[in-house]
Amino acid sequence: MSRTSALNECRPSFARGLWALTRRELKKWLNDPVMLVMFVLQPLIWMGLLGKSMRIDALFSAGNINMPSQIPIPGNAILSPRGLSEVVLDGKALSQIFANLGSKIMQNTFGVTDYFSFMAIGMVSMIVMTTTMFSGMSIVWDRRLGFLDKVVSTPVSRAAILFAKVLNATLRAMFQATVILALAYILGLKLSSTFTLLNLLGVYAAIFLMSVGLSSVFLAFSIRSTRMERPMQFISLITMPLMFASNTFFPTHLMPDWLQPIVKANPLSYLTDALRQLTILPMDISAIIWDFIYLGVFAGILSVIGLILSWRYLTR
Amino acid sequence: MREDVIKAENLTKIFNRSVVAVDHISFSVREGEIFGFLGPNGAGKTTTINMLITVLKPTEGTASILGYDIVREANEVRKVIGVVHQEYTADEDLTGYENIMLCADLYGIPRDVARKRALELLDLVDLTAFKDRRVETYSGGMRRRLELACGLINRPKILFLDEPTLGLDVQTRAATWEYIRRLKEEYGMTIFMTTHYLEEADALCDRIAIIDHGKIIVVGTPGELKDSLGGDIITISIKEEEDVTDIIKSIENVKEVRKENDAYRVKAAYGEVTAPLLIEALRRRGFTVTRLSLTEPTLNDVYLEYTGRAIRDSEESKEAFRMHRITLRRARGG
Repeated sequence: MSRTSALNECRPSFARGLWALTRRELKKWLNDPVMLVMFVLQPLIWMGLLGKSMRIDALFSAGNINMPSQIPIPGNAILSPRGLSEVVLDGKALSQIFANLGSKIMQNTFGVTDYFSFMAIGMVSMIVMTTTMFSGMSIVWDRRLGFLDKVVSTPVSRAAILFAKVLNATLRAMFQATVILALAYILGLKLSSTFTLLNLLGVYAAIFLMSVGLSSVFLAFSIRSTRMERPMQFISLITMPLMFASNTFFPTHLMPDWLQPIVKANPLSYLTDALRQLTILPMDISAIIWDFIYLGVFAGILSVIGLILSWRYLTR
Repeated sequence: MREDVIKAENLTKIFNRSVVAVDHISFSVREGEIFGFLGPNGAGKTTTINMLITVLKPTEGTASILGYDIVREANEVRKVIGVVHQEYTADEDLTGYENIMLCADLYGIPRDVARKRALELLDLVDLTAFKDRRVETYSGGMRRRLELACGLINRPKILFLDEPTLGLDVQTRAATWEYIRRLKEEYGMTIFMTTHYLEEADALCDRIAIIDHGKIIVVGTPGELKDSLGGDIITISIKEEEDVTDIIKSIENVKEVRKENDAYRVKAAYGEVTAPLLIEALRRRGFTVTRLSLTEPTLNDVYLEYTGRAIRDSEESKEAFRMHRITLRRARGG
């Protein structure tokens, strides 16, 4: 039979489809003020409670060391100078010495003198991770409610369907990271002297890489789940180990030897390090480059795997 | 001349290498007709539609839509068809208008054209007053109409309707039929629909394929299908005492005559045509017809004849149906 001429007005484009589907997700999200408030509240509570309560730097402060004003030391404990029967140390001065030593310890351990700054940046990468994963979950609903069926029966590019999900997750993660950074700054985050506004671009680039890689794989996992429970369980299963087997809340070099290789393989460590280098630490260029290489490779491999698996599912 | 706009040959879908959902079916749909797939839940109707709309790939066989192959030219197919799914697929958090515009974006319809058309379609399905309300506030009937409007945004040549009135009450169902007829007249589309409601198939479809266990059992117009059962039953009584069996038998289309008490029970094809002929013939010989009734066989009788059971019986028990759906879903998901 002869071909009826196709409707020439349909010109499905990747960009338009991608933007339409992404805008839909963002609209849903922005239309829900309660969700937005909770989005902001969650990191605020974490930072306020964990960051401000765990004042590790206070362990070493003068107030905590609290020496008596005079400390008698028996003569035999002193090797030199000989002949003295007893030495009396000035407690106040000693406290000061310890306090100075404390900030040295903080500096060596965390790279900064206050734990809050260290933790707040860890918080950013943690939120990036959870936001990314939770956003990917919406595809389960799209499937169950039939929305996905409708979308795949239109001529929109299959890639646009997948990338819209990834882009949505990434934009949300970036938005949240911005909110946390702003809040942390208000709450007393100390930026390093090497920080410039240009560094923020680096921050977003690092978050972008992490989000793209993680959400692609998570998408592949969610798109095959018929129930919400599975991805939920998966998130709670992997969040904790990823978080604590990384430098998010504690520096790697003080961790036990068996844990260190895991921490060093954990992409979250690289994200956190990149973010710290760019904001609170005096920037170490070689470390930053290494962080970005790792994140780039991570994002590349995972998004390829994730998108191939999802693609297969969409074109059954 | 009417062309075949959908052609399916040996279309087959096997899930997980074991669940045969659609079993080598072949059929064709002509331009401008409403073609119905009638069968119980789980007969393979939705799976067939999903293959035709390029959402599922057939395991075996093929089909073409307006000459485009559903596998090799899937994207061309998608451009010329409209789909209204069984579920409500609209995004509940968006308004009716936003939903239609989202569809337009997916089809890549120029914005100005899309805007005009969206308003036109909303008007067609009587949703203009509700266009800026979120879909979550819509009733079932309104949602169904919105789905129809979304399915039409690309001015499809062929519209696929999967169980268009599933779960709607009787009144809303009748109203939805009206909308479907209106769409067909307004745009002269070919419509492929599935249903498990006999009344719906009878009221809307030009031709029906009865499908059961993944196989097409019979295809024909509702009239043909009913006539294939041997025709209508005309019961006729006359004032006179004489036996008129031979007169009745001589009339065209009459297949069988039985005298029961005072009445004659006549089995005839095309009852509505034959009955007047019958009256005419009897009157010409001087008989007075006192009573006449015409009973047409229903699609239920047709269904009974071809599948060996009534459509209501063939709906498996709720539990069995649920299990079947779960198996299918798993199979599709994996």
